[in-house]
Amino acid sequence: MTDTLLGDRQKLAYIASQAADARLNVELETEGMTLNIGPQHPATHGTLRIICRLDGEQVVWAEPSAGYMHRGYEKLTEVRTYPQVTTLVNRIDWLGSFANEVPFILAAEKLMGVEAPPRAQVIRTIFHELSRIANVSLFLGDLGVQMGAITPVFMAFRDREYVLNLIESATGGRFHPNFDRIGGLKDDLPKGWIDETRGVMRKLRNFCDEMEDLLFGNEIFQSRTRGIGVIPKEVALQYGLSGANLRASGVDYDLRRDQVLPMSWDKTEFKVWTHPDGDSFARCWIRLQETRESTLIVDQLLDVIPAGPIMAKVPRIIKVPEGEAWVSTENPLGEMGYYIVSKGELGPFRVKIRSASFNNISVVPWVLRGVYVPDVITILASLYFILGDIDR
Amino acid sequence: MSDAATTAVAELPGDALRERAVAQLRSAIGDALIDSLIKPGDDVWVRVRTDAWREAGKVLRDVVGLHYFCYLSAIDWMPSPYGRGEDDPTAEPVVIDPTIKQGYTGGDTRFQMLARLTSTVDHFGVNIKTDVPDDDLTVASWIPNFAGANWHERETHEMFGINFAGHPDLRNMYLPTGFEGHPLRKDFPLLARHGLTWPGIVDVEPLPGEPEDTGDAEPTEEGAAS
Repeated sequence: MTDTLLGDRQKLAYIASQAADARLNVELETEGMTLNIGPQHPATHGTLRIICRLDGEQVVWAEPSAGYMHRGYEKLTEVRTYPQVTTLVNRIDWLGSFANEVPFILAAEKLMGVEAPPRAQVIRTIFHELSRIANVSLFLGDLGVQMGAITPVFMAFRDREYVLNLIESATGGRFHPNFDRIGGLKDDLPKGWIDETRGVMRKLRNFCDEMEDLLFGNEIFQSRTRGIGVIPKEVALQYGLSGANLRASGVDYDLRRDQVLPMSWDKTEFKVWTHPDGDSFARCWIRLQETRESTLIVDQLLDVIPAGPIMAKVPRIIKVPEGEAWVSTENPLGEMGYYIVSKGELGPFRVKIRSASFNNISVVPWVLRGVYVPDVITILASLYFILGDIDR
Repeated sequence: MSDAATTAVAELPGDALRERAVAQLRSAIGDALIDSLIKPGDDVWVRVRTDAWREAGKVLRDVVGLHYFCYLSAIDWMPSPYGRGEDDPTAEPVVIDPTIKQGYTGGDTRFQMLARLTSTVDHFGVNIKTDVPDDDLTVASWIPNFAGANWHERETHEMFGINFAGHPDLRNMYLPTGFEGHPLRKDFPLLARHGLTWPGIVDVEPLPGEPEDTGDAEPTEEGAAS
């Protein structure tokens, strides 16, 4: 090959890449192709299937297909008593199980007119934040894997273990604590738990620093996430995105701060992080900051645990008076809420479970339109969903 | 990276906001707003006429400022003909009263739509309901108001059999194509419960030294340790 030929080829390649970058529709003779990602694919964290129609390397149409894990919890709650429902809802977002129980219990308590004693409220809030830390630290580790970095996931599993041990030592369950009760908590904290938690929170803050250095400062990571998968504020609100996904689009909305609940977040000072960009990087970055913020919340709450009972006086057989109630909290994945309709019986008449991932993933057909195939994976990872939270 | 505000935001949801929302909705859609209920310090419910369902959503979004789409679903108010599926041999067979009795803000039909919109600025939400006509089971789609209603309406369609006029693609979301029946309807049996006897008999025996608790006692304010 002569030099001139190489030069021409380089020029052509340059022009083609420029054209592709400008998202120009180059009239190439490519046939459309349908790419099926999943249901069993490592990047889908479970069994989510995504059907993409491609034009060359570009996605022109994408549609997630959920339902491989639908368990019908809304139907099952109708044949359970109120205390039994917590066992079910534990399994919705299985990485932050305790946080799933809280809004349901709060909604039932609201209908009954019961309020948990102050000690129980603080401990509930601590466990809610521990769930967030356990959940999001795994996200931070997993994020690297999607982009070819293996190290972060080992660090994440290592440090998440400390949090799971804390949850286990107090509740008896690593994944499914089933610890929340109408009127309070199942048990008090074990001896020495508070000191141990302080140590673990220090470790987790180190973990966040490590992640920030290792991942967020990484050039490859930045080029794979910056400006990719941008969701503007208006779109995020229309689709009902919540949690870090909403705040990454510049909406300053956090249910921990923005509503009155019988929980203890109002006893603490914490920052609600927002980011104006709305891209994959912003979503990941917000989660990192929130994890660090959560460890600070736990630290503050450990200082203010009041003495006293952990259960309010509730009847042995729980009957919830007739009425309707909605309670949602800021869960690791976003806004999770329950709309309970009670007919004054032992079990609920209807429970609408509003899970965060369902809304967060419904934006996928919108956001994947026009992106390139490798970015599909990073965008999905940055939206962060748990399959059980979509399928319920 | 913006400077985020710290915890102290004084603007917390007030009943004045909820009253204002109901007043704004009433002035916009008139007598299509059938009923409203404000529980002080808690929440607000409104019920609109079926033909004003889409319009009400639009008014709540643009006039009241509830930009955040929380969820959309339905309620089947018919009491389940199967009871709660508990086979407690010591209990008398449950007599099921088939009267349909709707919840807050009333209703005339078996199915009711239920949605919730939230304001991320004023920090309050509105529960909005509408009746679904028994003979037609069709309401207008909310997709023109909120693009996110798409999946919620697909889910409601397969779970309750409610149709959404103007929805482009009412395919099944969770269930296999060709699945018969609508699982969240009350007359759809939960087969797992009918094949097996449910072992969950409620333990009513009092602990030693404890007075008999019939379960009807009202909870007291001061939380005594149990």
